[in-house]
Amino acid sequence: MGGRSQAILEADRLGSLIEVLAHRGFDVIGPTLRDGAIVYDHIESVQELPAGWTDEQEPGNYRLKRREDQALFGYAVGPQSWKKYLHPAEVKLWSAERQDGAFRILNNENKPKRPYAFIGVRACELAAIAVQDRVLLQDKYRDPIYAGRRAGAFIIAVQCTQAAKTCFCVSMGTGPRAQDVFDLVLTELVETGAHRFVVEARSERGAEVLAELETSPATEQDLHAAEAAMEGARQQVRNIDTNGIKELLYQNFEHPRWDNVAARCLTCANCTMVCPTCFCTTVDDVSDVTGDHAERWRHWDSCFTLNFSYIHGGSVRTSGKARYRQWMTHKLASWIDQFGSSGCVGCGRCITWCPVGIDITEEVHAIREGESHGNS
Amino acid sequence: METLERILAEHLFFADLDQDFMSLLVGCASNVRFQAGAYIFKAEEAANTFYLIREGQVALEIFPPQHKPIIVETLGVGEILGWSWLLPPFVWKFHAHAVKEVRAIALDGKCLRGKCEENHDLGYEVLKRFARIMEQRLEATRLQLLDVYAVPR
Amino acid sequence: MATPATNDPMTPQPYCVRQVVKETHDTFTLALEPGNGSHVNPFQPGQFSMLWVFGVGELPISISGDPAKDDRLIYTVRSVGQATNTLVSQRAGNSVGVRGPFGAGWPMDAAKGKDVIVVAGGIGLAPLRPVIYQVLANRKDYGRLVILYGARSPKEMLYGKELAAWARQRDTQVLVTVDYGGLSWRGHVGVVTTLFKYARLQPARSIAVTCGPEIMMRFVTRELETQGLTPDNIYLSMERNMKCAVGFCGHCQYGPHFICKDGPVFRYDQIRPLLDKYEL
Repeated sequence: MGGRSQAILEADRLGSLIEVLAHRGFDVIGPTLRDGAIVYDHIESVQELPAGWTDEQEPGNYRLKRREDQALFGYAVGPQSWKKYLHPAEVKLWSAERQDGAFRILNNENKPKRPYAFIGVRACELAAIAVQDRVLLQDKYRDPIYAGRRAGAFIIAVQCTQAAKTCFCVSMGTGPRAQDVFDLVLTELVETGAHRFVVEARSERGAEVLAELETSPATEQDLHAAEAAMEGARQQVRNIDTNGIKELLYQNFEHPRWDNVAARCLTCANCTMVCPTCFCTTVDDVSDVTGDHAERWRHWDSCFTLNFSYIHGGSVRTSGKARYRQWMTHKLASWIDQFGSSGCVGCGRCITWCPVGIDITEEVHAIREGESHGNS
Repeated sequence: METLERILAEHLFFADLDQDFMSLLVGCASNVRFQAGAYIFKAEEAANTFYLIREGQVALEIFPPQHKPIIVETLGVGEILGWSWLLPPFVWKFHAHAVKEVRAIALDGKCLRGKCEENHDLGYEVLKRFARIMEQRLEATRLQLLDVYAVPR
Repeated sequence: MATPATNDPMTPQPYCVRQVVKETHDTFTLALEPGNGSHVNPFQPGQFSMLWVFGVGELPISISGDPAKDDRLIYTVRSVGQATNTLVSQRAGNSVGVRGPFGAGWPMDAAKGKDVIVVAGGIGLAPLRPVIYQVLANRKDYGRLVILYGARSPKEMLYGKELAAWARQRDTQVLVTVDYGGLSWRGHVGVVTTLFKYARLQPARSIAVTCGPEIMMRFVTRELETQGLTPDNIYLSMERNMKCAVGFCGHCQYGPHFICKDGPVFRYDQIRPLLDKYEL
């Protein structure tokens, strides 16, 4: 941490950060309150941030509650993740036109008009972006859509000062401290009469933006207060023991626990939609009434759907059991063989947004327990 | 006789057979030849011989009413043809049709049946070997039934 | 501003249908040429392309032609649904979109100096045909060639004339069988594994490549092991749902493997534990 300059930005000056970014041509995306949840959307002013709100999360339960202070980032994570922008749910890949049996593909301008600036990226979300970078940019092929959106993205991380009950980033090694690559990081300090941010630049771009803001140098006291605040996020109720988890899941393909979870799982695919690392998609070829204009669209898809594994003769994974097992084994085990790290960042969204409250940490625990009794 | 013994002894089916039993079998063996197109045996006929195919190809056939024969399996060099001689009612279930000229060693099943009744140890050795053949044919038949190359409905 | 697409793995290139040949009542072989008269992308035996039918959909189809011929791509397609039916109904002169080639192919390098045993079932002969072409065109690089082919019935056999021609090649044995012989078939009847007893094999110096329905490949690999081949000398071509062919859509995952990138050809010892897993 040495050598990096940390500054203090008063909370009532946070709006200037948004202005500076907008002025530099960024489309600023940040948290905002909508429909009873904290979601990510385009924001233009600090008034749109969820000041004074926090989230209470349990398996299958999410409620917003008023805080006693006016913290702007006093919540954990909402149902959405930054993949909403980097790996969008619906995108047109290209269109084509046909004349006399021959056709031409017309490339679609896929890049958004302005690069994104993300404000409020949690440590687990940074880890998730890194996970998706590995999948979509650093494997055999490169996804130009993700690349185009990722390339110019300006990232402002926010240090967590509290964990939701569903968080388990500590056990996944992805938090609560923001690691990975970002431009600026904010730590919010809310005390009676004093509401400010410790800001640190971690890139040249970040330093340039920081230089345009009205800041004062951070004191030793400020830094200690920030450290103390961040400790709050370390208190986590849930965890996954990741020791040998790949072998554990590979070897327990027939574990009775899969039947147990299958009896509860609705295969609704919520978990895959809220998960910040799930990347599966499908393509749709459509044409207009004349049949001379066609388009190919890409949509998010989920391994929980029956069609996901369809080959002639039927789907390979017809039972809900097989589909839940596929998701969990891929996320926690196969991902390691495929991409060199776990696919799970411990954000807990799948636990919160599962309508029946299936808890991935509990499932891992149950399989480990069952294994020690000789189940295989 | 000595040549027959050597031929039989070399065949996988007769491997590890006691020398005495081998001599018994050889005593029931003879060389036979069938022209291409000839029927070696027909369904419903009494089954008293089995064959070790040395050359040629045999088609096992069944005749549906008013239709030409359907081949259910083909057997070739080194295969054993016929097991209905072993179990009551000792009657062939299919036709055995020599597709090409067939040279085989015929073994007198009726004679061998008698010897198996007298000597149960010999009987056990013979039944063990035929059980293996039946298992292989059954497995192959089941796989045929799966119709794996068909378009699934 | 829409501009004509550049060559990238996600965008189909228009190819021109040169010829459509009927192989059986539901199977056709298409010959495609690049639209602008250029050469096709070189491919390895066992690789596949994504063929796009305008406005209907895209299909993963194994390349079935000679890898040494760079003027056209050959595909043998069985009509089983809307997309395949539209594909095989294309006329000469129509455009078909081609992406690829994709995937890991047959082990042509590992096979050098060895006898090559090709065991094909049904349309599985199509992805194996490039292997046969390459072995026959480079005879001194390989040992004997043994082709074992099982089809449903004589009417559903592929490449009949070529099979006969291959059988006449030096050091090449071709054996063919059908599940149902019909009324005039005088050849072998029985599943493809029944052909092994007639094959002249030298298992210690052989490599086997097999392709067909998954059940068929399971009993073939078992038989190959019984014949004395080691699992690291047996290769299969697997199939799963495929949408993108470039490892992004996630559909083709088979255990930890992406069939589009890590396969479709796999070495038997690497996937043997997966083959037994139901609903993997």
